[in-house]
Amino acid sequence: MSDIAIRVENLSKAYQLGDFGTGTLSRDLERWWALMRGKEDPFLKIGEVNDRTSKGESDIVWSLKDINFDIKEGDAVGIIGRNGAGKSTLLKVLSRVTSPTTGNIKVKGRIASLLEVGTGFHPELTGAENIYLNGAIMGMTKREIKKRFDEIVDFAGVDRYVDTPVKRYSSGMYVRLAFAVAAHLDSEILIVDEVLAVGDAEFQNKCLGKMGDVSKGEGRTVLFVSHNMGSINQLCNKAILLNNGNILDYDNVSIITPKYFNFGKNNDASIALHDIKRTGNGYCRFESVELRRNNENFASREFSIGDDLNIVFKIRYKDDPIPLKMSVELKTSDGLKLSNMIDVDSGYQTSYIPNNSVIKITLPDLRLYPDTYYLSLYVGDLSSVEPYDYLEDCISFDIIDGGTLTTRPLPRSAGLLFLTPKWEVL
Amino acid sequence: MGDPTTNDSYKDSTTNDVHIQKWDLEIKPQSSVFDLHLKDVWAYRDLLWLLVRRDFVSFYKQTIFGPLWFFIQPIFTTIIFTVIFSKLANISTNAAPAPLFYMAGTVAWNYFADSLSKTSTVFKDNAPIFGKVYFPRLIMPISIVFSNLVKFGVQFILFIIMMAYYLISGNKVEPNLYILLFPVVIILMAILGLGVGLIITAATTKYRDLAFVVTFGIQLMMYATPVIYPLSAAPVKYRTLIALNPMSGLIETFRYGFLGTGQFYPGAFIYSVIASIFIFLIGLIVFNKVEKNFVDTV
Repeated sequence: MSDIAIRVENLSKAYQLGDFGTGTLSRDLERWWALMRGKEDPFLKIGEVNDRTSKGESDIVWSLKDINFDIKEGDAVGIIGRNGAGKSTLLKVLSRVTSPTTGNIKVKGRIASLLEVGTGFHPELTGAENIYLNGAIMGMTKREIKKRFDEIVDFAGVDRYVDTPVKRYSSGMYVRLAFAVAAHLDSEILIVDEVLAVGDAEFQNKCLGKMGDVSKGEGRTVLFVSHNMGSINQLCNKAILLNNGNILDYDNVSIITPKYFNFGKNNDASIALHDIKRTGNGYCRFESVELRRNNENFASREFSIGDDLNIVFKIRYKDDPIPLKMSVELKTSDGLKLSNMIDVDSGYQTSYIPNNSVIKITLPDLRLYPDTYYLSLYVGDLSSVEPYDYLEDCISFDIIDGGTLTTRPLPRSAGLLFLTPKWEVL
Repeated sequence: MGDPTTNDSYKDSTTNDVHIQKWDLEIKPQSSVFDLHLKDVWAYRDLLWLLVRRDFVSFYKQTIFGPLWFFIQPIFTTIIFTVIFSKLANISTNAAPAPLFYMAGTVAWNYFADSLSKTSTVFKDNAPIFGKVYFPRLIMPISIVFSNLVKFGVQFILFIIMMAYYLISGNKVEPNLYILLFPVVIILMAILGLGVGLIITAATTKYRDLAFVVTFGIQLMMYATPVIYPLSAAPVKYRTLIALNPMSGLIETFRYGFLGTGQFYPGAFIYSVIASIFIFLIGLIVFNKVEKNFVDTV
């Protein structure tokens, strides 16, 4: 099983930004003239990094730059990275939808790519007709489809509707049928984009299960792009982390996914509090606040289930230090107040905290469903009569799907608390 | 972390060079212009038939008359042409019954024109599919030509019925040996329409302007082709110009074989054969070059 299924060598892909309309002809002529004289393409300047936030000098951007990697047969490889990292471009080049600018890819076996479900479905044709058409578009022969026809219909659960035009299908049935065709392709390599974002939770699990079978059970090679670290963890054994068209790392999935959470996060994670709306008499004020993950010493705004959330802030008195009572409120994105955590409840009794102290509150083992949550900070006098400073919803954080505790995708609507009670037979 | 120069370390050193691996597929930036992937096209032949079937089935679904609609257009065109060009303008039909003359011209011309106009937008029309899945792009335009061949077949039956009627009723209709060239004429019309269509669709991925030219260009082209008049009726000084249009020789040959009116122009026919094949090959090469990256520009 150690043979290589895909070998990518010095792969680069350039895109032209901006308008194609005017000047295309003159540019083509200029390019043609350069090539005629045996010179380099004047419009492919080397060395421009694909960073969508900063405007580059040339309007050619390298979406992938000199990428090299091997994928072994039978591996399930997750491809992760932020938006614009080059994930989709890599998939497009691998599925031959577009060709690379430089470099090459060598492949052993047939590739079936699922960049979208239901490509080529025709609304007027029946389910059965579309199974054949869609299967053929994906590269199956009529005979292969015939052999797996019953399996496909069965998997999609549309027995009663096979002779009905798909335009009368519910969107759920449509997606199920489309995925079923793709899942039953007889290719050695399966490339899947984030198509699982469609359909209900039950169907998503069924798809993930089927893809698991494909890679683990049938020993086929799977490449899977997702933002959902839960699915990546569940499905893949390896992962490639892309950033700005380069490979940051390629290793076992358990090593890569934690890195995904960490990199490139330190920018706006800490909040300066001058401009924030605050109430209170100002005898004591919060100076800065940031959130940190586990034992890290830098700020972050994204956490996964099971992480420790640290709220770190600094206080400053207007005059001399006075006794304080502090609390932190936790709210959901809908404004539902989940908790009001007061210092004394944790057994923390403050006497006099020195000026400019940095205080850290640790909330261990976060058990919240993926969503955005808001924190409010309060400081007041001991009897809770007089607020000194109150910052409502001053900082938010996201719980991201994935992490070591979860083994399945967690839809936001399915709950609030992720609890893992003990199960046993008595 | 993050140093792109270390990317080579993601190579699997254990299997490197130990044995020479056989690859089934190599994806490269450019391949030779003459590598037309025809083997790939053959491998996807099932898709070709399914697409033709899709076009045919989806055409008449939810219609009452179904494939009969294929008759309506040539019948009405023939009636109007007969009234305007034969009765009002008195243009010669070389002694052939006017409706039959126009029917032959319309049916043949429509086959070419439809093949051309549909293939000339193949990249634009199929961008969503082409952007999501790979199959030999050439399958799409070829399937269009075959779909039109089905339509032509249906309309051709109409023409044969009409011809039989005129034969029986004793009009001057004299099919001759040149009728044997019919399959050749059909193939040539197909590859000519396909070839021009491929060139245009390849060009429109970058320069949309051409798409506007096609619609009325085809209409104008019809008048530069002996569809509503016989080549012999054209003024002598224009005759060479008209014969430069490869469709002229094909339409004339088609009509001469079935109706026996006019004459066979060997020069024009041979010219049509060579021009059609030449344009077709150019179309294939251009299309093949553009298909690899058109997704980025369309």
